[in-house]
Amino acid sequence: MTEIAPDKRVGGVTSGRSALLRRPAFALPDKARTALTSAGWTLTSISLFALIWEILWFVGWADEKLLPPPHIFLGNIPDQLQFFNTATRWAVGVDQATAPSGLESLVTTVLATMSRVLAGLAIASVLAIIVGVLARYYRLFDRLTMPTVMLLSSVSPIAWLPVAVFIFGIGNGPAIFMVVITLFFHMVLATVTHIDNVPRNLIHVARTMGATKRQVYGRVIIPSILPAMLVVLRMNLFAAWMVVLVAESTGVGYGLGQIIMLSRNTFNPSLVFFTIALIGVLGFLTDYALRMVQARLLYWLPKSGVQNAL
Amino acid sequence: MPSDLPFSKQDAVVCRGVGKTWAAGTPRAHQALADIDLDVKPGEFVVLLGPSGCGKSTLLYLIAGLEEATEGTVNFFGQPVSQPSSDRSLIFQESSLYPWLTVWENVAFGLAIRGASVTERREAAMVALREVGLSAAMDKRPDELSGGMRQRVAVARALAMRPKVLLMDEPFAALDVQTRQKMQEFLQDVWQESGASILFVTHHIDEAVALSDRVVVFTSRPGRIKTIVENKLPRPRDPFSPEAEAMRRHLTELLRDEVDRAFAEQEALST
Repeated sequence: MTEIAPDKRVGGVTSGRSALLRRPAFALPDKARTALTSAGWTLTSISLFALIWEILWFVGWADEKLLPPPHIFLGNIPDQLQFFNTATRWAVGVDQATAPSGLESLVTTVLATMSRVLAGLAIASVLAIIVGVLARYYRLFDRLTMPTVMLLSSVSPIAWLPVAVFIFGIGNGPAIFMVVITLFFHMVLATVTHIDNVPRNLIHVARTMGATKRQVYGRVIIPSILPAMLVVLRMNLFAAWMVVLVAESTGVGYGLGQIIMLSRNTFNPSLVFFTIALIGVLGFLTDYALRMVQARLLYWLPKSGVQNAL
Repeated sequence: MPSDLPFSKQDAVVCRGVGKTWAAGTPRAHQALADIDLDVKPGEFVVLLGPSGCGKSTLLYLIAGLEEATEGTVNFFGQPVSQPSSDRSLIFQESSLYPWLTVWENVAFGLAIRGASVTERREAAMVALREVGLSAAMDKRPDELSGGMRQRVAVARALAMRPKVLLMDEPFAALDVQTRQKMQEFLQDVWQESGASILFVTHHIDEAVALSDRVVVFTSRPGRIKTIVENKLPRPRDPFSPEAEAMRRHLTELLRDEVDRAFAEQEALST
Protein backbone atom coordinates (compact mmCIF):
# COMPACT_ATOMS: atom_id res chain seq x y z
CA MET A 1 0.00 0.00 0.00
CA THR A 2 2.59 2.53 1.06
CA GLU A 3 4.74 1.88 -2.00
CA ILE A 4 1.83 2.41 -4.37
CA ALA A 5 0.62 5.74 -3.06
CA PRO A 6 3.72 7.80 -4.01
CA ASP A 7 3.73 6.16 -7.46
CA LYS A 8 0.22 7.40 -8.10
CA ARG A 9 1.18 10.87 -7.01
CA VAL A 10 4.16 10.95 -9.37
CA GLY A 11 2.01 9.60 -12.18
CA GLY A 12 -0.54 12.31 -11.58
CA VAL A 13 1.98 15.13 -11.70
CA THR A 14 4.23 13.93 -14.51
CA SER A 15 3.30 12.35 -17.84
CA GLY A 16 1.23 9.17 -18.15
CA ARG A 17 4.20 7.35 -19.60
CA SER A 18 6.25 7.46 -16.43
CA ALA A 19 3.25 6.34 -14.44
CA LEU A 20 2.94 3.28 -16.67
CA LEU A 21 6.63 2.50 -16.29
CA ARG A 22 6.44 2.77 -12.56
CA ARG A 23 3.55 0.40 -12.19
CA PRO A 24 4.82 -2.91 -10.73
CA ALA A 25 4.89 -5.82 -13.17
CA PHE A 26 2.64 -7.94 -10.96
CA ALA A 27 0.83 -7.24 -7.73
CA LEU A 28 0.17 -9.71 -4.95
CA PRO A 29 -3.21 -9.58 -3.28
CA ASP A 30 -3.09 -7.59 -0.05
CA LYS A 31 -3.65 -10.65 2.09
CA ALA A 32 -0.74 -12.61 0.62
CA ARG A 33 1.46 -9.56 0.91
CA THR A 34 0.67 -9.12 4.61
CA ALA A 35 1.33 -12.82 5.23
CA LEU A 36 4.67 -12.65 3.38
CA THR A 37 5.74 -9.53 5.25
CA SER A 38 4.94 -11.09 8.57
CA ALA A 39 6.75 -14.33 7.66
CA GLY A 40 9.74 -12.29 6.53
CA TRP A 41 9.97 -10.52 9.86
CA THR A 42 9.68 -13.80 11.76
CA LEU A 43 12.55 -15.23 9.75
CA THR A 44 14.64 -12.07 10.21
CA SER A 45 14.08 -12.06 13.95
CA ILE A 46 15.15 -15.68 14.36
CA SER A 47 18.12 -15.31 11.99
CA LEU A 48 19.34 -12.29 13.90
CA PHE A 49 19.25 -14.22 17.15
CA ALA A 50 21.07 -17.18 15.57
CA LEU A 51 23.63 -14.87 13.98
CA ILE A 52 24.55 -13.22 17.28
CA TRP A 53 24.94 -16.67 18.81
CA GLU A 54 27.18 -17.82 15.93
CA ILE A 55 29.33 -14.69 16.24
CA LEU A 56 29.74 -15.25 19.97
CA TRP A 57 30.82 -18.81 19.19
CA PHE A 58 33.17 -17.61 16.42
CA VAL A 59 35.00 -15.15 18.64
CA GLY A 60 35.22 -17.83 21.30
CA TRP A 61 32.91 -16.37 23.93
CA ALA A 62 30.33 -19.13 23.70
CA ASP A 63 31.87 -22.48 24.64
CA GLU A 64 30.46 -25.06 22.23
CA LYS A 65 30.48 -27.71 24.94
CA LEU A 66 28.03 -25.65 26.99
CA LEU A 67 26.28 -23.36 24.50
CA PRO A 68 26.62 -25.05 21.10
CA PRO A 69 25.45 -22.60 18.39
CA PRO A 70 22.65 -23.53 15.95
CA HIS A 71 24.92 -24.90 13.22
CA ILE A 72 26.17 -27.52 15.66
CA PHE A 73 22.93 -28.63 17.30
CA LEU A 74 21.01 -28.48 14.02
CA GLY A 75 23.95 -29.78 11.99
CA ASN A 76 23.43 -33.47 12.56
CA ILE A 77 19.76 -34.12 12.97
CA PRO A 78 19.84 -37.93 12.45
CA ASP A 79 22.40 -38.11 15.23
CA GLN A 80 20.16 -36.12 17.52
CA LEU A 81 17.10 -38.18 16.62
CA GLN A 82 18.64 -41.43 17.86
CA PHE A 83 18.01 -40.18 21.40
CA PHE A 84 14.33 -39.83 20.75
CA ASN A 85 13.73 -43.56 20.44
CA THR A 86 13.86 -43.73 24.21
CA ALA A 87 10.22 -42.94 23.95
CA THR A 88 9.21 -45.97 21.96
CA ARG A 89 11.48 -48.23 23.92
CA TRP A 90 9.83 -47.02 27.07
CA ALA A 91 6.41 -47.45 25.60
CA VAL A 92 6.54 -50.79 23.81
CA GLY A 93 9.77 -52.28 25.11
CA VAL A 94 11.71 -52.72 21.86
CA ASP A 95 15.48 -53.01 22.18
CA GLN A 96 18.12 -50.91 20.46
CA ALA A 97 18.54 -53.29 17.52
CA THR A 98 14.91 -53.37 16.45
CA ALA A 99 14.37 -49.74 17.39
CA PRO A 100 12.31 -47.57 15.06
CA SER A 101 13.97 -44.99 12.84
CA GLY A 102 14.88 -41.57 14.19
CA LEU A 103 11.97 -39.90 12.45
CA GLU A 104 9.50 -42.43 13.83
CA SER A 105 10.79 -41.85 17.35
CA LEU A 106 10.58 -38.11 16.87
CA VAL A 107 6.98 -38.29 15.68
CA THR A 108 6.01 -40.63 18.51
CA THR A 109 7.60 -38.39 21.13
CA VAL A 110 6.15 -35.18 19.73
CA LEU A 111 2.69 -36.67 19.34
CA ALA A 112 2.78 -37.98 22.90
CA THR A 113 3.62 -34.55 24.32
CA MET A 114 1.30 -32.66 22.01
CA SER A 115 -1.67 -34.91 22.71
CA ARG A 116 -1.17 -34.34 26.45
CA VAL A 117 -1.12 -30.58 25.90
CA LEU A 118 -4.26 -30.66 23.80
CA ALA A 119 -6.11 -33.14 26.01
CA GLY A 120 -5.27 -31.09 29.10
CA LEU A 121 -6.28 -27.88 27.41
CA ALA A 122 -9.57 -29.33 26.21
CA ILE A 123 -10.50 -30.88 29.56
CA ALA A 124 -9.50 -27.76 31.49
CA SER A 125 -11.45 -25.37 29.28
CA VAL A 126 -14.62 -27.46 29.20
CA LEU A 127 -14.56 -27.94 32.97
CA ALA A 128 -13.69 -24.30 33.63
CA ILE A 129 -16.45 -22.94 31.41
CA ILE A 130 -18.99 -25.28 32.98
CA VAL A 131 -17.95 -24.33 36.50
CA GLY A 132 -17.72 -20.62 35.66
CA VAL A 133 -21.16 -20.54 34.04
CA LEU A 134 -22.73 -22.56 36.87
CA ALA A 135 -21.20 -20.16 39.38
CA ARG A 136 -22.93 -17.25 37.72
CA TYR A 137 -26.14 -19.18 37.09
CA TYR A 138 -26.64 -20.49 40.63
CA ARG A 139 -25.80 -18.14 43.48
CA LEU A 140 -25.39 -21.06 45.90
CA PHE A 141 -22.90 -22.81 43.62
CA ASP A 142 -20.95 -19.57 43.40
CA ARG A 143 -20.73 -19.23 47.16
CA LEU A 144 -19.75 -22.87 47.62
CA THR A 145 -17.01 -22.99 44.99
CA MET A 146 -15.52 -19.58 44.29
CA PRO A 147 -13.57 -19.12 47.54
CA THR A 148 -11.86 -22.48 47.02
CA VAL A 149 -11.11 -21.72 43.38
CA MET A 150 -9.67 -18.37 44.41
CA LEU A 151 -7.51 -20.00 47.08
CA LEU A 152 -6.17 -22.76 44.85
CA SER A 153 -5.51 -20.54 41.84
CA SER A 154 -2.51 -19.02 43.59
CA VAL A 155 -0.84 -22.40 44.21
CA SER A 156 2.09 -23.12 41.89
CA PRO A 157 1.40 -26.10 39.60
CA ILE A 158 4.72 -27.62 40.69
CA ALA A 159 3.17 -28.20 44.11
CA TRP A 160 0.63 -30.51 42.48
CA LEU A 161 3.34 -32.72 40.98
CA PRO A 162 3.49 -35.18 43.90
CA VAL A 163 -0.30 -35.33 43.91
CA ALA A 164 -0.25 -36.18 40.21
CA VAL A 165 2.09 -39.08 40.90
CA PHE A 166 0.16 -40.27 43.97
CA ILE A 167 -3.10 -40.39 42.11
CA PHE A 168 -2.11 -41.32 38.57
CA GLY A 169 1.25 -43.03 38.93
CA ILE A 170 3.13 -42.78 35.64
CA GLY A 171 2.01 -42.42 32.03
CA ASN A 172 -0.35 -39.99 30.38
CA GLY A 173 -2.54 -39.49 33.42
CA PRO A 174 -0.27 -37.36 35.60
CA ALA A 175 0.94 -35.20 32.70
CA ILE A 176 -2.61 -34.39 31.61
CA PHE A 177 -3.65 -33.87 35.22
CA MET A 178 -0.82 -31.34 35.60
CA VAL A 179 -1.97 -29.40 32.55
CA VAL A 180 -5.58 -29.41 33.74
CA ILE A 181 -4.75 -28.37 37.29
CA THR A 182 -2.51 -25.56 36.02
CA LEU A 183 -5.13 -24.05 33.74
CA PHE A 184 -8.42 -24.87 35.43
CA PHE A 185 -8.55 -22.34 38.28
CA HIS A 186 -7.40 -19.43 36.17
CA MET A 187 -9.84 -20.28 33.43
CA VAL A 188 -12.73 -20.47 35.90
CA LEU A 189 -11.89 -17.00 37.15
CA ALA A 190 -11.55 -15.74 33.58
CA THR A 191 -14.94 -17.20 32.65
CA VAL A 192 -16.63 -15.52 35.59
CA THR A 193 -14.95 -12.18 34.85
CA HIS A 194 -15.99 -12.28 31.22
CA ILE A 195 -19.57 -13.16 32.10
CA ASP A 196 -19.64 -10.14 34.40
CA ASN A 197 -18.36 -7.97 31.56
CA VAL A 198 -21.06 -8.89 29.03
CA PRO A 199 -22.72 -5.58 28.05
CA ARG A 200 -25.86 -5.20 30.18
CA ASN A 201 -27.91 -4.01 27.23
CA LEU A 202 -27.41 -7.26 25.32
CA ILE A 203 -28.97 -9.06 28.26
CA HIS A 204 -31.71 -6.48 28.75
CA VAL A 205 -32.79 -6.83 25.12
CA ALA A 206 -33.16 -10.57 25.47
CA ARG A 207 -35.12 -10.16 28.70
CA THR A 208 -37.54 -7.62 27.23
CA MET A 209 -38.13 -10.13 24.43
CA GLY A 210 -39.24 -12.56 27.11
CA ALA A 211 -36.14 -14.75 27.27
CA THR A 212 -35.83 -17.07 30.26
CA LYS A 213 -32.64 -17.15 32.31
CA ARG A 214 -31.53 -20.25 30.49
CA GLN A 215 -32.16 -18.62 27.10
CA VAL A 216 -30.22 -15.53 28.16
CA TYR A 217 -27.26 -17.75 29.02
CA GLY A 218 -27.48 -19.92 25.93
CA ARG A 219 -28.22 -17.28 23.34
CA VAL A 220 -26.51 -14.17 24.70
CA ILE A 221 -23.95 -14.78 27.43
CA ILE A 222 -22.13 -17.79 25.99
CA PRO A 223 -21.75 -16.31 22.46
CA SER A 224 -20.67 -13.01 24.04
CA ILE A 225 -17.84 -14.51 26.09
CA LEU A 226 -16.60 -16.84 23.33
CA PRO A 227 -14.10 -14.38 21.78
CA ALA A 228 -12.54 -13.55 25.12
CA MET A 229 -12.49 -17.23 26.11
CA LEU A 230 -10.57 -18.16 22.99
CA VAL A 231 -7.97 -15.53 23.88
CA VAL A 232 -7.76 -17.06 27.34
CA LEU A 233 -7.31 -20.44 25.69
CA ARG A 234 -4.44 -19.17 23.56
CA MET A 235 -2.71 -17.55 26.52
CA ASN A 236 -3.02 -20.77 28.45
CA LEU A 237 -1.69 -22.83 25.57
CA PHE A 238 1.80 -21.60 26.45
CA ALA A 239 1.26 -22.39 30.12
CA ALA A 240 0.18 -25.87 29.09
CA TRP A 241 3.37 -26.35 27.07
CA MET A 242 5.45 -25.25 30.01
CA VAL A 243 3.90 -27.47 32.60
CA VAL A 244 3.72 -30.56 30.43
CA LEU A 245 7.51 -30.54 30.12
CA VAL A 246 7.92 -30.28 33.86
CA ALA A 247 5.51 -33.16 34.34
CA GLU A 248 7.33 -35.30 31.80
CA SER A 249 10.85 -34.45 32.91
CA THR A 250 10.28 -35.45 36.53
CA GLY A 251 9.58 -38.92 35.36
CA VAL A 252 5.82 -39.03 35.43
CA GLY A 253 5.78 -39.84 31.74
CA TYR A 254 7.73 -39.88 28.53
CA GLY A 255 7.95 -37.33 25.75
CA LEU A 256 9.87 -34.15 25.10
CA GLY A 257 10.34 -33.48 28.79
CA GLN A 258 11.94 -36.89 29.06
CA ILE A 259 14.41 -35.99 26.29
CA ILE A 260 15.37 -32.82 28.15
CA MET A 261 15.92 -34.88 31.27
CA LEU A 262 17.95 -37.45 29.34
CA SER A 263 20.18 -34.73 27.90
CA ARG A 264 20.68 -33.30 31.36
CA ASN A 265 21.67 -36.65 32.80
CA THR A 266 24.05 -37.43 29.90
CA PHE A 267 25.40 -33.88 29.77
CA ASN A 268 24.35 -33.27 26.18
CA PRO A 269 23.77 -29.49 25.68
CA SER A 270 23.44 -29.97 21.96
CA LEU A 271 20.40 -32.19 22.52
CA VAL A 272 18.96 -29.66 24.98
CA PHE A 273 19.06 -26.87 22.44
CA PHE A 274 17.75 -29.09 19.69
CA THR A 275 14.76 -29.98 21.86
CA ILE A 276 14.25 -26.36 22.85
CA ALA A 277 14.19 -25.36 19.19
CA LEU A 278 11.73 -28.15 18.49
CA ILE A 279 9.45 -27.09 21.35
CA GLY A 280 9.59 -23.49 20.14
CA VAL A 281 8.46 -24.51 16.67
CA LEU A 282 5.70 -26.74 18.06
CA GLY A 283 4.44 -24.01 20.38
CA PHE A 284 4.38 -21.56 17.51
CA LEU A 285 2.52 -24.00 15.26
CA THR A 286 -0.13 -24.88 17.84
CA ASP A 287 -0.69 -21.20 18.54
CA TYR A 288 -1.05 -20.60 14.82
CA ALA A 289 -3.54 -23.46 14.54
CA LEU A 290 -5.57 -22.05 17.44
CA ARG A 291 -5.53 -18.64 15.80
CA MET A 292 -7.00 -20.17 12.65
CA VAL A 293 -9.70 -21.89 14.70
CA GLN A 294 -10.40 -18.55 16.33
CA ALA A 295 -10.78 -16.73 13.01
CA ARG A 296 -13.11 -19.48 11.76
CA LEU A 297 -15.20 -19.74 14.89
CA LEU A 298 -15.51 -15.99 15.53
CA TYR A 299 -16.64 -15.14 12.03
CA TRP A 300 -18.43 -12.02 13.27
CA LEU A 301 -15.29 -10.22 14.42
CA PRO A 302 -13.61 -8.06 11.78
CA LYS A 303 -10.54 -9.89 10.44
CA SER A 304 -8.12 -7.14 11.34
CA GLY A 305 -9.57 -7.12 14.83
CA VAL A 306 -8.82 -10.81 15.29
CA GLN A 307 -5.22 -10.31 14.25
CA ASN A 308 -4.47 -6.96 15.86
CA ALA A 309 -6.56 -7.00 18.98
CA LEU A 310 -6.02 -10.60 20.03
CA MET B 1 -51.48 11.70 48.36
CA PRO B 2 -50.90 11.01 44.67
CA SER B 3 -51.76 7.33 44.84
CA ASP B 4 -55.52 7.96 44.95
CA LEU B 5 -55.63 9.89 41.68
CA PRO B 6 -58.14 8.35 39.31
CA PHE B 7 -56.85 6.43 36.31
CA SER B 8 -58.49 4.76 33.41
CA LYS B 9 -57.84 1.14 32.46
CA GLN B 10 -57.44 2.26 28.89
CA ASP B 11 -54.22 4.09 29.62
CA ALA B 12 -51.17 2.27 28.28
CA VAL B 13 -48.88 3.12 31.17
CA VAL B 14 -49.92 4.43 34.56
CA CYS B 15 -47.35 5.35 37.21
CA ARG B 16 -48.60 6.22 40.69
CA GLY B 17 -46.18 7.49 43.34
CA VAL B 18 -43.32 5.60 41.73
CA GLY B 19 -39.91 5.86 43.37
CA LYS B 20 -36.64 3.98 43.11
CA THR B 21 -33.87 3.86 45.64
CA TRP B 22 -30.71 2.07 44.56
CA ALA B 23 -28.94 -0.11 47.11
CA ALA B 24 -31.84 0.49 49.52
CA GLY B 25 -31.04 -0.29 53.15
CA THR B 26 -27.28 0.05 52.70
CA PRO B 27 -25.01 3.02 53.48
CA ARG B 28 -24.64 3.61 49.72
CA ALA B 29 -28.39 4.00 49.26
CA HIS B 30 -29.44 6.88 47.07
CA GLN B 31 -32.80 7.87 45.71
CA ALA B 32 -32.93 8.05 41.92
CA LEU B 33 -36.65 8.70 41.45
CA ALA B 34 -39.44 9.95 43.67
CA ASP B 35 -43.22 10.59 43.48
CA ILE B 36 -43.66 9.92 39.78
CA ASP B 37 -47.28 10.19 38.62
CA LEU B 38 -47.54 9.72 34.89
CA ASP B 39 -50.22 8.47 32.50
CA VAL B 40 -49.42 7.56 28.92
CA LYS B 41 -52.32 7.10 26.52
CA PRO B 42 -52.26 4.51 23.74
CA GLY B 43 -50.53 5.96 20.68
CA GLU B 44 -49.14 8.91 22.59
CA PHE B 45 -45.59 10.22 22.11
CA VAL B 46 -44.20 11.27 25.48
CA VAL B 47 -40.71 12.70 25.81
CA LEU B 48 -38.92 12.54 29.17
CA LEU B 49 -36.59 15.52 29.35
CA GLY B 50 -34.07 16.28 32.05
CA PRO B 51 -30.43 16.76 32.95
CA SER B 52 -28.12 13.72 32.80
CA GLY B 53 -28.44 11.41 35.77
CA CYS B 54 -31.90 12.62 36.76
CA GLY B 55 -33.38 9.14 36.78
CA LYS B 56 -35.40 9.34 33.57
CA SER B 57 -33.72 6.20 32.23
CA THR B 58 -34.48 4.50 35.53
CA LEU B 59 -38.16 5.20 34.95
CA LEU B 60 -37.95 3.44 31.57
CA TYR B 61 -36.34 0.41 33.23
CA LEU B 62 -39.14 0.31 35.79
CA ILE B 63 -41.80 0.47 33.07
CA ALA B 64 -39.94 -2.18 31.06
CA GLY B 65 -39.98 -4.42 34.12
CA LEU B 66 -36.21 -4.84 34.20
CA GLU B 67 -36.07 -3.21 37.63
CA GLU B 68 -38.61 -3.11 40.43
CA ALA B 69 -39.91 0.15 41.87
CA THR B 70 -39.16 0.58 45.57
CA GLU B 71 -42.27 2.77 46.01
CA GLY B 72 -45.56 3.10 44.15
CA THR B 73 -46.99 1.06 41.31
CA VAL B 74 -46.50 0.82 37.56
CA ASN B 75 -49.47 -0.45 35.57
CA PHE B 76 -49.55 -1.51 31.97
CA PHE B 77 -53.08 -1.59 30.50
CA GLY B 78 -54.44 -2.09 33.99
CA GLN B 79 -52.02 -4.88 34.92
CA PRO B 80 -49.18 -4.30 37.39
CA VAL B 81 -45.75 -4.62 35.78
CA SER B 82 -43.82 -7.43 37.43
CA GLN B 83 -41.44 -8.64 34.74
CA PRO B 84 -40.24 -7.73 31.25
CA SER B 85 -42.61 -8.39 28.37
CA SER B 86 -42.36 -8.15 24.61
CA ASP B 87 -45.34 -5.75 24.70
CA ARG B 88 -42.92 -3.16 26.02
CA SER B 89 -39.81 -3.00 23.84
CA LEU B 90 -36.73 -1.15 25.00
CA ILE B 91 -34.30 0.57 22.61
CA PHE B 92 -30.92 1.79 23.84
CA GLN B 93 -28.41 4.43 22.87
CA GLU B 94 -26.01 1.75 21.68
CA SER B 95 -27.80 -0.37 19.16
CA SER B 96 -27.11 -3.50 21.23
CA LEU B 97 -27.54 -5.79 18.25
CA TYR B 98 -25.98 -9.23 18.58
CA PRO B 99 -22.80 -9.12 16.49
CA TRP B 100 -22.80 -12.87 15.84
CA LEU B 101 -26.23 -12.81 14.20
CA THR B 102 -27.16 -11.40 10.79
CA VAL B 103 -29.49 -8.43 10.57
CA TRP B 104 -32.57 -10.57 9.99
CA GLU B 105 -31.65 -12.99 12.76
CA ASN B 106 -31.31 -10.03 15.10
CA VAL B 107 -34.73 -8.72 14.09
CA ALA B 108 -36.29 -12.15 14.59
CA PHE B 109 -34.49 -12.78 17.90
CA GLY B 110 -37.64 -12.40 19.97
CA LEU B 111 -39.49 -14.86 17.74
CA ALA B 112 -36.64 -17.35 18.01
CA ILE B 113 -37.03 -17.19 21.77
CA ARG B 114 -40.70 -18.05 21.37
CA GLY B 115 -39.64 -21.02 19.26
CA ALA B 116 -40.93 -19.83 15.88
CA SER B 117 -39.84 -21.72 12.77
CA VAL B 118 -37.15 -20.38 10.43
CA THR B 119 -39.58 -19.48 7.66
CA GLU B 120 -41.89 -17.73 10.10
CA ARG B 121 -38.96 -15.80 11.54
CA ARG B 122 -37.55 -14.78 8.18
CA GLU B 123 -40.99 -13.69 7.05
CA ALA B 124 -41.53 -11.51 10.12
CA ALA B 125 -38.03 -10.07 9.89
CA MET B 126 -38.61 -9.19 6.25
CA VAL B 127 -41.82 -7.32 7.10
CA ALA B 128 -40.21 -5.42 9.98
CA LEU B 129 -37.13 -4.54 7.95
CA ARG B 130 -39.32 -3.25 5.12
CA GLU B 131 -41.01 -0.95 7.63
CA VAL B 132 -37.67 0.63 8.45
CA GLY B 133 -36.50 0.62 4.82
CA LEU B 134 -33.69 -1.87 5.27
CA SER B 135 -34.87 -4.98 3.38
CA ALA B 136 -31.64 -4.90 1.35
CA ALA B 137 -29.47 -5.30 4.45
CA MET B 138 -31.19 -8.48 5.61
CA ASP B 139 -28.23 -10.84 5.35
CA LYS B 140 -25.56 -8.38 6.44
CA ARG B 141 -23.89 -8.40 9.83
CA PRO B 142 -24.40 -5.47 12.24
CA ASP B 143 -20.77 -4.31 11.98
CA GLU B 144 -21.24 -3.79 8.24
CA LEU B 145 -23.88 -1.11 8.88
CA SER B 146 -23.62 2.56 9.83
CA GLY B 147 -24.71 3.79 13.26
CA GLY B 148 -28.02 5.11 11.93
CA MET B 149 -28.78 1.87 10.11
CA ARG B 150 -28.00 -0.15 13.23
CA GLN B 151 -30.49 1.92 15.21
CA ARG B 152 -33.10 1.31 12.50
CA VAL B 153 -32.45 -2.41 12.81
CA ALA B 154 -32.93 -2.08 16.58
CA VAL B 155 -36.26 -0.36 15.92
CA ALA B 156 -37.21 -3.13 13.47
CA ARG B 157 -36.34 -5.72 16.12
CA ALA B 158 -38.65 -3.96 18.57
CA LEU B 159 -41.43 -3.61 15.97
CA ALA B 160 -41.23 -7.29 15.06
CA MET B 161 -42.66 -8.05 18.49
CA ARG B 162 -45.66 -5.79 17.74
CA PRO B 163 -45.22 -3.89 21.02
CA LYS B 164 -47.86 -1.62 22.50
CA VAL B 165 -45.22 0.66 23.99
CA LEU B 166 -41.77 1.54 22.69
CA LEU B 167 -39.36 2.64 25.42
CA MET B 168 -36.45 4.56 23.92
CA ASP B 169 -33.45 5.51 26.05
CA GLU B 170 -31.61 8.33 24.23
CA PRO B 171 -31.69 6.22 21.07
CA PHE B 172 -30.10 8.83 18.80
CA ALA B 173 -27.59 10.31 21.23
CA ALA B 174 -24.62 8.53 19.62
CA LEU B 175 -25.48 9.69 16.09
CA ASP B 176 -24.24 12.78 14.25
CA VAL B 177 -26.60 15.75 13.84
CA GLN B 178 -27.66 15.04 10.24
CA THR B 179 -28.33 11.36 10.89
CA ARG B 180 -30.19 12.26 14.05
CA GLN B 181 -32.56 14.55 12.11
CA LYS B 182 -33.23 11.83 9.53
CA MET B 183 -33.87 9.35 12.33
CA GLN B 184 -36.37 11.69 13.97
CA GLU B 185 -38.38 11.87 10.76
CA PHE B 186 -38.09 8.12 10.39
CA LEU B 187 -39.25 7.54 13.94
CA GLN B 188 -42.35 9.71 13.47
CA ASP B 189 -43.33 7.66 10.41
CA VAL B 190 -42.80 4.41 12.28
CA TRP B 191 -44.73 5.70 15.27
CA GLN B 192 -47.72 6.78 13.20
CA GLU B 193 -47.84 3.49 11.31
CA SER B 194 -47.41 1.23 14.32
CA GLY B 195 -49.89 3.03 16.58
CA ALA B 196 -47.73 2.23 19.60
CA SER B 197 -47.13 4.66 22.46
CA ILE B 198 -43.57 5.92 22.72
CA LEU B 199 -41.72 6.97 25.85
CA PHE B 200 -38.61 8.71 24.67
CA VAL B 201 -35.78 9.78 26.99
CA THR B 202 -33.54 12.62 25.87
CA HIS B 203 -31.67 15.63 27.16
CA HIS B 204 -31.98 17.41 23.81
CA ILE B 205 -34.60 20.14 23.80
CA ASP B 206 -34.73 20.18 19.98
CA GLU B 207 -35.57 16.50 19.96
CA ALA B 208 -38.30 16.98 22.56
CA VAL B 209 -39.91 19.79 20.53
CA ALA B 210 -39.67 17.88 17.26
CA LEU B 211 -41.15 14.59 18.47
CA SER B 212 -43.42 14.92 21.48
CA ASP B 213 -47.13 15.14 22.16
CA ARG B 214 -46.17 15.94 25.74
CA VAL B 215 -42.83 16.76 27.36
CA VAL B 216 -42.26 15.58 30.91
CA VAL B 217 -39.59 17.81 32.48
CA PHE B 218 -37.58 16.21 35.30
CA THR B 219 -35.80 17.71 38.27
CA SER B 220 -32.52 16.14 39.30
CA ARG B 221 -31.47 13.99 42.28
CA PRO B 222 -33.90 12.51 43.02
CA GLY B 223 -35.73 12.71 39.72
CA ARG B 224 -39.20 14.18 40.17
CA ILE B 225 -41.62 15.50 37.61
CA LYS B 226 -41.16 19.26 37.56
CA THR B 227 -43.87 19.94 35.05
CA ILE B 228 -45.55 18.47 31.99
CA VAL B 229 -45.65 20.62 28.86
CA GLU B 230 -48.25 19.93 26.15
CA ASN B 231 -46.85 20.14 22.64
CA LYS B 232 -49.67 21.23 20.32
CA LEU B 233 -47.46 22.06 17.34
CA PRO B 234 -49.02 20.64 14.17
CA ARG B 235 -47.30 17.74 12.44
CA PRO B 236 -45.26 17.61 10.25
CA ARG B 237 -43.36 20.09 12.36
CA ASP B 238 -41.41 23.10 11.26
CA PRO B 239 -38.46 23.48 13.65
CA PHE B 240 -38.04 27.14 12.64
CA SER B 241 -41.62 28.30 13.31
CA PRO B 242 -42.03 30.98 16.01
CA GLU B 243 -44.15 28.55 18.06
CA ALA B 244 -41.38 25.95 18.04
CA GLU B 245 -38.91 28.67 18.96
CA ALA B 246 -41.10 29.77 21.88
CA MET B 247 -41.43 26.21 23.11
CA ARG B 248 -37.70 25.65 22.97
CA ARG B 249 -37.16 28.82 24.99
CA HIS B 250 -39.76 27.75 27.56
CA LEU B 251 -38.16 24.29 27.97
CA THR B 252 -34.68 25.79 28.14
CA GLU B 253 -35.75 28.01 31.01
CA LEU B 254 -37.41 25.13 32.81
CA LEU B 255 -34.26 23.07 32.50
CA ARG B 256 -31.79 25.81 33.36
CA ASP B 257 -32.48 25.73 37.12
CA GLU B 258 -32.13 21.97 37.13
CA VAL B 259 -28.86 21.97 35.24
CA ASP B 260 -27.49 24.70 37.54
CA ARG B 261 -28.53 22.71 40.55
CA ALA B 262 -26.97 19.52 39.18
CA PHE B 263 -23.71 21.37 38.50
CA ALA B 264 -23.65 22.90 41.98
CA GLU B 265 -24.19 19.47 43.51
CA GLN B 266 -21.42 17.91 41.46
CA GLU B 267 -19.05 20.67 42.49
CA ALA B 268 -20.01 20.25 46.13
CA LEU B 269 -19.30 16.52 45.80
CA SER B 270 -15.88 17.05 44.26
CA THR B 271 -14.60 19.49 46.92
